[in-house]
Amino acid sequence: MIEVRNITKVYKTGEVENKVLRGISFSINEGEFVAIIGPSGSGKSTLMHILGCLDVPTSGQYFFEGRDVSQFSDDELADIRKNKIGFVFQSFNLLRRATVLRNVMLPLAYANISKSRREEIARKSLLSAGLEEKHFHQLSNQLSGGEMQRVAIARALVNDPAVVLADEPTGNLDSKTGEFVMETFRKLNEQGRTVILITHEKYIAENARRKISIKDGEIVEDVVNHY
Amino acid sequence: MLITDLFEETCFAISANKTRSGLTILGIVIGIGSVIAMISIGQGATGSIETSIQSMGSNLITVMPGFQRSFSQVSVGRGSAQSLTAEDAEAISEGVSFVRATAPELSGRYQIVVKGKNTNTQVVGTVASYPNVKNIEIDQGSFISEQNVNSQSKVAVLGPTTSDDLFGEGAIPVGETIRIKGINFKVIGVTKSKGGTGFGSQDDMVFIPLTTAQRFLAGADYVSTISIQAESPQLMAQVQTEITNLLLQRHNISNPEAADFSVLNQQDILGAASSITNTMTILLAAIAGISLIVGGIGIMNMMMTTVTERTREIGLRKAIGAKKLDISLQFLAEAVMLTFIGGAVGILLGSGLAYGITFFTEMATKISLFSIVLAFSVSAGIGIGFGYWPARKAAKLNPIEALRYE
Repeated sequence: MIEVRNITKVYKTGEVENKVLRGISFSINEGEFVAIIGPSGSGKSTLMHILGCLDVPTSGQYFFEGRDVSQFSDDELADIRKNKIGFVFQSFNLLRRATVLRNVMLPLAYANISKSRREEIARKSLLSAGLEEKHFHQLSNQLSGGEMQRVAIARALVNDPAVVLADEPTGNLDSKTGEFVMETFRKLNEQGRTVILITHEKYIAENARRKISIKDGEIVEDVVNHY
Repeated sequence: MLITDLFEETCFAISANKTRSGLTILGIVIGIGSVIAMISIGQGATGSIETSIQSMGSNLITVMPGFQRSFSQVSVGRGSAQSLTAEDAEAISEGVSFVRATAPELSGRYQIVVKGKNTNTQVVGTVASYPNVKNIEIDQGSFISEQNVNSQSKVAVLGPTTSDDLFGEGAIPVGETIRIKGINFKVIGVTKSKGGTGFGSQDDMVFIPLTTAQRFLAGADYVSTISIQAESPQLMAQVQTEITNLLLQRHNISNPEAADFSVLNQQDILGAASSITNTMTILLAAIAGISLIVGGIGIMNMMMTTVTERTREIGLRKAIGAKKLDISLQFLAEAVMLTFIGGAVGILLGSGLAYGITFFTEMATKISLFSIVLAFSVSAGIGIGFGYWPARKAAKLNPIEALRYE
């Protein structure tokens, strides 16, 4: 479903060229649970931005469901993000003054889903992300960190994306809450959802079935975890 | 995104920071309000000047003496010549077509005395047709008759203001005697009030027969003005030309440039007065417009702050699929909504102000649809104009950097 071929990313700061990704190739099939792990500065965030269609590679090809999106325009990429990708961020990125439901319904507004159906879809999504119904009308800044991340996961799922991209989803949570969130991702994967997890913590990466390790912009290891 | 979603988002964003939105809106309210108030004051003034000029008579053409040329080539000034006569007036009413009436007059300011009270006012020596030409109506008694003019009678008709000044308000002065320049005049009538105060008011005047004024007051037989009423507004230009030609012929002047009189059309006076008041209106509106621009800059300032504050939100919206257009429309809609609310309140406030001014100072104001449409389109323009830059800034944000923004 996802295939990257020899992609590179170079940032230019004046005369200095900074090669963040140096020829990365791999493919991810539907239903996989992949962790991309690497220390900070390894290029994993840049890779995640490219996988998430937030950025395009300097060279190489990126096939998303068979289409080469590496040369897409900003608005074409926005369409892919809207319909195919769900993001979960380290810092949740919820609209603080909006209710939980409103937050989760936001992607549906951009996808032009009719108003009457939005709440129904959002409720379903929130329940599958493991948030209790009593929180639905609370303002999102009144929730605990774990609850916020569940709302964020529900928001990522609401458009029924082909792939869920989670960037350090447990980075701002204590280990116990983090474990709950990882549990949620495992369950999603068991339901057949493709999940890509970006992290620098080995024990978080252990949750995934496959682990791609990156260092200095290159893949150093691509192994299947055995539980 | 649907329009209704955009609207909802906009209301949500504006109500999220009520104080700041309120203050920004206030800037627009003051701008639009003052534009509306200023234009209505200006147009009110135009209107009242126009009515007061119209009240001097309809389809009026005025002939005034020109420069007094002396042999030493010293010009004493326009209007000073004593070149017009009552015969000129008669010739006009007989020789020019489409003239309804003519009224020569000889006026001057004199001290008028009645039993210990006195006033200084305009004394107009004129003929019986004067009320028709100048739209004057008689309240008590009667106006000067042809008989009075022919026999140089010492009779006077008072303007209502003069009557009040000399005899007290509500008095009936008909039959009383007044003294002008030491000569006794019998009051035979009082005219109806025409409104208007100050310079040129036809309420503060005394009318006496032309011949009496020439003989006893001026001691000469010229007239100072000839007023002519044309039959219709369309014929005024033609009548004006005919009068000019006739008088040139009568005064033996071949070069029209050297004419010793000038013929003024009421439309010209109206035009001159309107152009003055229009300039004043534009000036007032321009001053008010400056505050509107300041209000617009306030909007831009707030939108810039909002975009910076909500950088992460913009990043998130982009990550979940918002296109550039979605983002710029969202911020543009906020700016437009702010100016729209400000504009609506401003129109109410400006109209209220105009009503207040009329109510408390009796100064005429006129709220025109034009000024409301103008204010509204200007405020919409400001919303779009001053909202565009911040909206573009928001739309151009890189989603990755926006998401990382602290």
